[in-house]
Amino acid sequence: MSRRIFMSIHEREEDILGIARAAREAGLTIVDIYAPYAVHGLDQAAGFRPSRLPIICFILGLLGAGLKVWFEFWTTAIDWPIDVGGKPWNSWPAFVPVTFEVMVLFAGVGTVIALFITTKLWPGKRAKIVFDGVTDDRFALLIVEQDATFEPGKVRMLCERFNAVYVEEREEETA
Amino acid sequence: MAEVRINPREPWILGRKTPIQVSNDICGILERKPTRLWWMAFLTSLTILGIGTVAVVYQISTGIGTWGLNKSVGWAFDITNFVFWIGIGHAGTLISAILFLFRQKWRTSVNRAAEAMTLFAVACAGLFPLIHMGRPWLFFWIFPYPNFRGPLWVNFRSPLVWDFFAISTYFTISFVFWYVGLIPDLATIRDRAKPGLRRAIVSFFSFGWTGSYRTWVRYEVVYLLLAGLATPLVVSVHTIVSWDFATSVIPGWHTTIFPPYFVAGAIFSGFAMVLTLMLIARKVMHLEDYFTHRHTDAMCKIIIVTGSIVGLAYLTEFFTAAYSGNSYEQFVFMNRALGPYAWAYWTMVTCNVISPQLLWFRKVRSNLMAVFVLSIVVNIGMWFERFVIIVTSLHRDYLPSSWAEYAPTFIEVLTLLGTFGLFFTLFLLFCRFLPVIAISEVKGILSHGREQEQVADVHFRDERATESEPETTGVHA
Repeated sequence: MSRRIFMSIHEREEDILGIARAAREAGLTIVDIYAPYAVHGLDQAAGFRPSRLPIICFILGLLGAGLKVWFEFWTTAIDWPIDVGGKPWNSWPAFVPVTFEVMVLFAGVGTVIALFITTKLWPGKRAKIVFDGVTDDRFALLIVEQDATFEPGKVRMLCERFNAVYVEEREEETA
Repeated sequence: MAEVRINPREPWILGRKTPIQVSNDICGILERKPTRLWWMAFLTSLTILGIGTVAVVYQISTGIGTWGLNKSVGWAFDITNFVFWIGIGHAGTLISAILFLFRQKWRTSVNRAAEAMTLFAVACAGLFPLIHMGRPWLFFWIFPYPNFRGPLWVNFRSPLVWDFFAISTYFTISFVFWYVGLIPDLATIRDRAKPGLRRAIVSFFSFGWTGSYRTWVRYEVVYLLLAGLATPLVVSVHTIVSWDFATSVIPGWHTTIFPPYFVAGAIFSGFAMVLTLMLIARKVMHLEDYFTHRHTDAMCKIIIVTGSIVGLAYLTEFFTAAYSGNSYEQFVFMNRALGPYAWAYWTMVTCNVISPQLLWFRKVRSNLMAVFVLSIVVNIGMWFERFVIIVTSLHRDYLPSSWAEYAPTFIEVLTLLGTFGLFFTLFLLFCRFLPVIAISEVKGILSHGREQEQVADVHFRDERATESEPETTGVHA
């Protein structure tokens, strides 16, 4: 399968914000936007769904804390109870610091691994750069051409309105 | 030098940069051959590191009897240096995480270098407890793993075990935070580089970053989550370090003020170290447009605040001792100020409480040489703070027959020196191979490409031009 993609290149943050919003309002399907830095509000303008990674982070943190409390209780009160200064074997308050650290460790490292999995980034991966300079100073907007709403004339006018410096149509292989 | 006026409406990045200029400025440093100054600094640091390594090999092969410790003063130089280095690290996380949550835009110019500083400082700190173990090759015994000795588990009620977990978590999270922040910048470097070995290496570590906004959306969320996790983490780390002392029954250590006092002290010394490093980097790498007078001004103010908290803590300790009616506690504090280590105590007070008061004056804050000197003075003071806390509390035991004196041996001094060698070697390598300023974050705070803000900027410039006095903002005027 392949589909036709329309790409417009912009040089200013305001233009990419404007065209992303206009394209979404016109009912066009935005494949993706490429940007050298995170532009404030571009995700809302393009209508990208908010990430669900915070849920993963929360679950991982809970998991880490839970496992650690269980482990500390098991080692100090069940597997080999040792009397330290007459303290009870299940000294809950003394378990708090390590539990907190392990919670942060699980949540932090786990969320980053989840990020790499969901965004398909891994060490040594070859980057497919859509246009020269999208990691430097240019913004690229990619729109699907097959939609019924896609009218080449209108889209070109839109590009002109938002100072596109370059437009291109290309075939893209889809899995 | 004319007094520099700080205008709050002036942009954080000077010179009306465009994104491509930012890439050129920051990546340019990495693409050129290292300067002679860099080589000189690097070779000096490497030599010091070498001397330190010899000292470490000697003391491990001979035993820690090579130190000046005795049965009363069982902790001294090593733990002083450990707490000192850990404290230095805290400013990096404060800048990268806490200032991020507070939306302080000025952090973008400093956060990358400060985070790198954190990693290197924590690495230096970790060496001291490791050597103190005497048999460092058995360090893994502190990790609760199933072993053939029972299994005998570690004692989770011990602050030393908490400390091990705190420091290793802190290092891991700081590293992850730093690396995640680096990925978009590595992609920028990769796409500028000519094909070859350098490009291949950078490409490997850039994880195939394309700048896709679907990735950016998730990336931003993860960055925020990491900042949210690192903020309580950094507070917990020095809190736990202070518990190493506070949970004991030594007068002068056994006090509830320790956690906030240690955290404030850590931020105080860390900011001083960031200032020392950034003022050198600014000059050597010509980053005057990125690390401006406004940045030093903001950091000096944080130094005043945290320095004042530390000063208040010194007074509170005396008050608590007097008010408690505990004669051991009272003796320790009188002994600190007037005993055999009074010289160390008053060095600490002078460097940490008295000299930073000069930063209240705008004239001092805008004189970079003065700020540079003061930042080093603060670091000396904070080193002495840890020395005073540890040695003065231990050298006068409950039994006068156990009273002893402590002086570091040559080997201990060389080990401390060696960690400075390690710290600066790593920092210089970082400056050489990685972008010292977060490129993608700085691009996000430029006024380029934002019409409305630009209008305001032009308006501000017009206003300034009509002012009667000549331009006095910044060294670039």
